[in-house]
Amino acid sequence: MAQTPAIDPMEQFAIHKIVELPSFHLGGLTVDMSITNSVASMIACAVLLVLFFTLAARREVVPNRGQAAAEALYNIIDRVLVGPILGPDGRQYVPYLLTLFAFILVLNLMSVLLLFGNLAGVSLAFAVTSQIAVTVTLAVITFFSIFILGFVKHGPKFLTLFAPSGMPKPLLLFMVPIEMLSYFIRPVTLALRLFGNMLGGHVVLSLFGSFVVALGIIGLAGGLGTVFLVPSALSFAMIVILTGLELVVAVLQAFVFAALATVYLNEVVNFGHGH
Amino acid sequence: MDPTHAVASVVDFHNSAKYIGAGMAASGMIGAGIGLGVLFGNYLQAAIRNPAGAASQQTMLFLGMALTETMGLFSFVVSLILIYGVS
Repeated sequence: MAQTPAIDPMEQFAIHKIVELPSFHLGGLTVDMSITNSVASMIACAVLLVLFFTLAARREVVPNRGQAAAEALYNIIDRVLVGPILGPDGRQYVPYLLTLFAFILVLNLMSVLLLFGNLAGVSLAFAVTSQIAVTVTLAVITFFSIFILGFVKHGPKFLTLFAPSGMPKPLLLFMVPIEMLSYFIRPVTLALRLFGNMLGGHVVLSLFGSFVVALGIIGLAGGLGTVFLVPSALSFAMIVILTGLELVVAVLQAFVFAALATVYLNEVVNFGHGH
Repeated sequence: MDPTHAVASVVDFHNSAKYIGAGMAASGMIGAGIGLGVLFGNYLQAAIRNPAGAASQQTMLFLGMALTETMGLFSFVVSLILIYGVS
């Protein structure tokens, strides 16, 4: 029997250091400043975005391709999300939402598109958004800045968010804890949604990739095992289909993250209007 | 029974229970699958009946998709924790 490699779909998410940098101590914590593959991907994404928007923001009367793409990206946030959901008061939050959307979008797309580097033996693709530390950070920044913004704009009156108006007094005893729970679970769901989608997609891709190799090795060994070439080819077809699906999921999850941030922002911006 | 053999079988039992638990936890995704089917099916039905109003509700469709999907992802994460997080 031919030797097949071990199937380990989680190996692709391992973090390893690329550049060793000296760590420093802050209080009781040791902060490791080394550049890992995760950090390198995020830097690459940031550089890509800054370059793209700088080159695209020349504001010509007749937009070239880059400017048209950047405007399309901007319109997704401005016309599709902020306009209908937040209304004119929400225009000032477009920069944050666009940053969030573009950052997640490029990280997601990079992790899928650069997988083709793996065929040439270069592992460029690292799915940063399937690190729960990254998604939790993004979700916590988004959620708590919106929560604090509510207090800055409306003061302590903002706490009436947890007490729906027109509710009988005794019922409030039950409603307030439930409302608070459903409010403070938001960063958890926001982080887990992005994390789970990206992790799940990459695990499935990696599994089918392992099937192609493992079944292909048995098939190429000759003899009766040649029939295994059929499931190997089928697995490869699955990879092609799933890569297409992953591209859709990558765009959709970036959009959904920005859309939910907009919906959460709506409670702050239009506080007391819709209830 | 040989004591080392007994220890080995206990470890095996522990591992197999872990994997059975992970599989059972993943069955929570059934609900998310049904929910997504209902969601997109109803959207499509409404969109075919009234194509003019379909585009305006697309954002709500994706929001509903995200919220439904999260419930399934919780069980996915629990099963991942059971496989990789429990030693």
